[in-house]
Amino acid sequence: MSASLPRPIPWLGSIGPVNPLDETITDAPSAAPPRAKSAGPKRGDDRGGVASPAPAGRTKAPALAAAMVADGAAESAASAPAKTPTNSKPAAPSFLQRMKTKFFAKKKIPGSGIPPRKIIAWLRNGRRLSQAGFFALFMFLLVRTEFRGGFSGGATIRMPYPVEGFLLADPFVSLMTLLSTHTVYRSLWWSVGLVALTLLFGRVFCGWICPFGTLHHFFAWLVPNPKGATTGGRRVEANKTRPYQNIKYYLLLVFLVMAACGSAIGGLFDPICIAVRSIGLGVLPFFNYVTGRGLDTVSSGNLRILQQATDSTRDVLVATVLQPRQYFFHQTWVIGALLFVVILANRWIPRFWCRALCPLGATLGVIAKHAVFGMEKDHSKCTDCNLCIVHCQGADSPQGGVKWRQDECHMCMNCEVSCPEDVIKFRFMPNRQSARTAPQLDRRKTLVSALAGVCALPVLRTSDTLDANYYDRLIRPPGSVAERDFLERCIRCAECMKVCPNNALHPTFLEAGIEGLWTPILIPRIGYCEPTCVLCGQVCPTGAIQKITEEQKLGNRQRNVPHISIGTAFYDQGRCLPWSMATPCIVCEEFCPTSPKAIWVEELDVPGREGRTVHVQRPHVDPKLCIGCGACEKVCPVQDRPAVYVTSVGESRSRTNVILLETENYNRS
Amino acid sequence: MAERNRPTRRELLTRSGSALAVLGASALVARRFYDQGGWQSRASNGRREVRDFRGQVGPGPSDFAVAHAEPETGSPTQLVQRAMAALGGMQRFISRGDRVVIKPNIGWDRTAIQAANTNPELVAAVVTMVKEAGASDVIVTDASCNDPARCFQRSGIWTRAHRAGARVVLPADHRFRTMRLRGEILDEWPVYRTLVEADKVINLPVAKHHNLAKYTAAMKNWYGVLGGRRNRLHQSIDVSVADLATFMRPTLTIVDAVRVLLRNGPQGGNVDDTRRMDTVIATTDQVAADAFGCTLIGQRPENLPYLRMAQERGIGTADWRTLRPREHAMYRDGREATHDLAIPAHMAPADAAFMLAQSLLDAPQVVLA
Repeated sequence: MSASLPRPIPWLGSIGPVNPLDETITDAPSAAPPRAKSAGPKRGDDRGGVASPAPAGRTKAPALAAAMVADGAAESAASAPAKTPTNSKPAAPSFLQRMKTKFFAKKKIPGSGIPPRKIIAWLRNGRRLSQAGFFALFMFLLVRTEFRGGFSGGATIRMPYPVEGFLLADPFVSLMTLLSTHTVYRSLWWSVGLVALTLLFGRVFCGWICPFGTLHHFFAWLVPNPKGATTGGRRVEANKTRPYQNIKYYLLLVFLVMAACGSAIGGLFDPICIAVRSIGLGVLPFFNYVTGRGLDTVSSGNLRILQQATDSTRDVLVATVLQPRQYFFHQTWVIGALLFVVILANRWIPRFWCRALCPLGATLGVIAKHAVFGMEKDHSKCTDCNLCIVHCQGADSPQGGVKWRQDECHMCMNCEVSCPEDVIKFRFMPNRQSARTAPQLDRRKTLVSALAGVCALPVLRTSDTLDANYYDRLIRPPGSVAERDFLERCIRCAECMKVCPNNALHPTFLEAGIEGLWTPILIPRIGYCEPTCVLCGQVCPTGAIQKITEEQKLGNRQRNVPHISIGTAFYDQGRCLPWSMATPCIVCEEFCPTSPKAIWVEELDVPGREGRTVHVQRPHVDPKLCIGCGACEKVCPVQDRPAVYVTSVGESRSRTNVILLETENYNRS
Repeated sequence: MAERNRPTRRELLTRSGSALAVLGASALVARRFYDQGGWQSRASNGRREVRDFRGQVGPGPSDFAVAHAEPETGSPTQLVQRAMAALGGMQRFISRGDRVVIKPNIGWDRTAIQAANTNPELVAAVVTMVKEAGASDVIVTDASCNDPARCFQRSGIWTRAHRAGARVVLPADHRFRTMRLRGEILDEWPVYRTLVEADKVINLPVAKHHNLAKYTAAMKNWYGVLGGRRNRLHQSIDVSVADLATFMRPTLTIVDAVRVLLRNGPQGGNVDDTRRMDTVIATTDQVAADAFGCTLIGQRPENLPYLRMAQERGIGTADWRTLRPREHAMYRDGREATHDLAIPAHMAPADAAFMLAQSLLDAPQVVLA
């Protein structure tokens, strides 16, 4: 059967004239010619794409391809009078029938109708399962990135499992921090596993595992451009290999060079970081809010049965997915808007993020060069039906006549499953003649990218002084390393913000300079640092916040362990009630968690109005004992601008941001 | 002359009828949702809101019992059992099928030995007794100061109460609802519904030093009823404590003085600030509980204005002698004795309590026995 199909097309170099096409195919779409003509101008570059050699002298074959594609596209785009006679059916099928045909009917395989290999069909279903499973795992870990407590828990509180696991397996993060710190921090060596996986199977991470990729895959399916639908010519055009796909390699280069210069700023673009940041800080609190307010509205009707129903609904939700209180995060609207934009891009270019921007995908693409599993094509069998391109996720040129782009392929297996002509074969140790394994980068652009990476950091850092602090209230989480080291490590993944039990950690905007965008800042007015909590350090994948113990955080006098301070509290005496309004208060002292308390009170009788004498306790801060947790600031009753506030001075991590002469070891960094 | 197309009579009637209907409907809506506005509507007035859980408590041998033990002789479980036995047993307070809420102090992220929260073993013991008395649902909860999950878990109360068969409920936003307490200074506040929606409420505080209120146990424990920003209350802490005690009238008050925080209260944080006293006070009168208990940390009832206010409002009495006080003592040699807490007639109750407390602090043996 295959012998009667088109004769061999030379797959590389100069393509000679193509022989007349097979009669069976030219005959089949009898109504095709006029339509094919109308699709005229697009037809020329049908086989286009960067890797495709110039289709010189190939006039007939593309014409056929266009005819076939146009056939599918025109079917939906055809004008009504042309359509009605062909589609005339006795009666509209019932809903059940339609569902039946949609989900259960065996789809007719076009072309020669050679069904895909069993194993490949299974692999594709396996891939779908794997995507759903890993996405569910990611969401589970993200939702569980918080301390809920339980009756089986003890006095030492840690995350029961590595909730930051996806980041630990991220080779881009490892590579960046390896370049910036010359170390691989703790469990980041997990990423070696992903490198090994990529060396075996190529970018399977992108197609099978990556939760952010799955999100794009899903939305590209859910909201395709209606004019091109999912199968039309537009989709073919969108899925061809294009030069814009090289942007990610240049970006990767910029970020790696910047990392080598001392900044892990590339985390802004890491897909896992983006997923954690935007879903954890934006999407989840959004649903929390919507659910909460919705149920509030229902129960505000004061109908007892409704109240009971909403109460029990909430009890269940709060015990499982929702949080017991509403969390807020600064910058969420920007972070959420960016997520919305990259997801919306799927409407025009499926998986635009993965193809164009993802630096992790680029890292894996470079590694995939050495993959032992890959695609082999039999160009001679290709009828240019373009079905493989329609279903292609990575825009990696699966079609015949051009070289497959191994560095772009997500290993989704759609092309082999959809190929009706037995052209595409995935196998171990494939023949590499029909594949291009490394990205095709422009030397000048590469140089410019490297140069941009070199220049970026000096530009950012000469615009402000790093060590004198941009902002006096830039309070970093407890256990953070000194600011320079911090910027070498912090990938802005927002795990620390998600896990913080008091909603104290937020992404910065410009508080830490432009370079420090979306790094964590502790805002005591929203939430103070829980003294015995060390979870932010535990979930930090790169060691920007070190994994400290409770003893290291609080200090231990007997064992001569100094405590960790993240700042120092100060009184605004003009606003403090006992200081300026002859009113007793000292909630700050009550909440001060250190023992002995860093806030001490001076008992005195102060003159009130009209000769009255009021006994008050005036609070003072002992900077040697203050750990900067901000509990005092959080609970100060002077609501808008509290009378006690914490600034970063005296933080243990810094040798320069200090107040007192170092007579004691509390200030050692 | 062009004839004007005039509406028929029927049409005239329908049209004016519908106009009237719209007018009437809008008037009804306005009437139904009419908001007089103005500042006066928010002012506190009317009777004080009271949640009274005392129920039909039958007569017992005593309304005020103190159980204490010499060091290393009585566990918290034994102490609370003896104290309750002296009051006439838990059956006197809990009826079969009751929904009982137990409110320990789980305010702080501290471990049991730091004595900032109620002793977990004591909580478990009370849960067991309440269940044995036939309660259908036993809830243990509090609105903590620190992160609730952390307070509940690290205090050990979550584990112990759960094992004893209680339902441990953590505070969540939706469990608070704004209520008007109509107190002297407490009016509109978010109230923790789980605590007030019950048949019986047992107050189970820990006796502690408090830098502003001087002493905190039974009455101040009701801070845990409130949500919102409680920090303003400290400007008039005595009145707010009295207001809360007016609002909440528990079935029973059991004060944990097994280990008492003497300094750096209410949060403590250092075991050196605590002292083992092996004492449990059980009473129907929260004012008496505090009047007696404050002497444990060396305070005197006269120094606590909220006790005076509570007494003036008739919430209870600071003179615990009127409650037929009983005492149960456990000695190192295994002897136990229950008898009336007799104090010399010439001695003021505060002095007597003070003497008792001092004896607990200074000497290991129990006097007044």
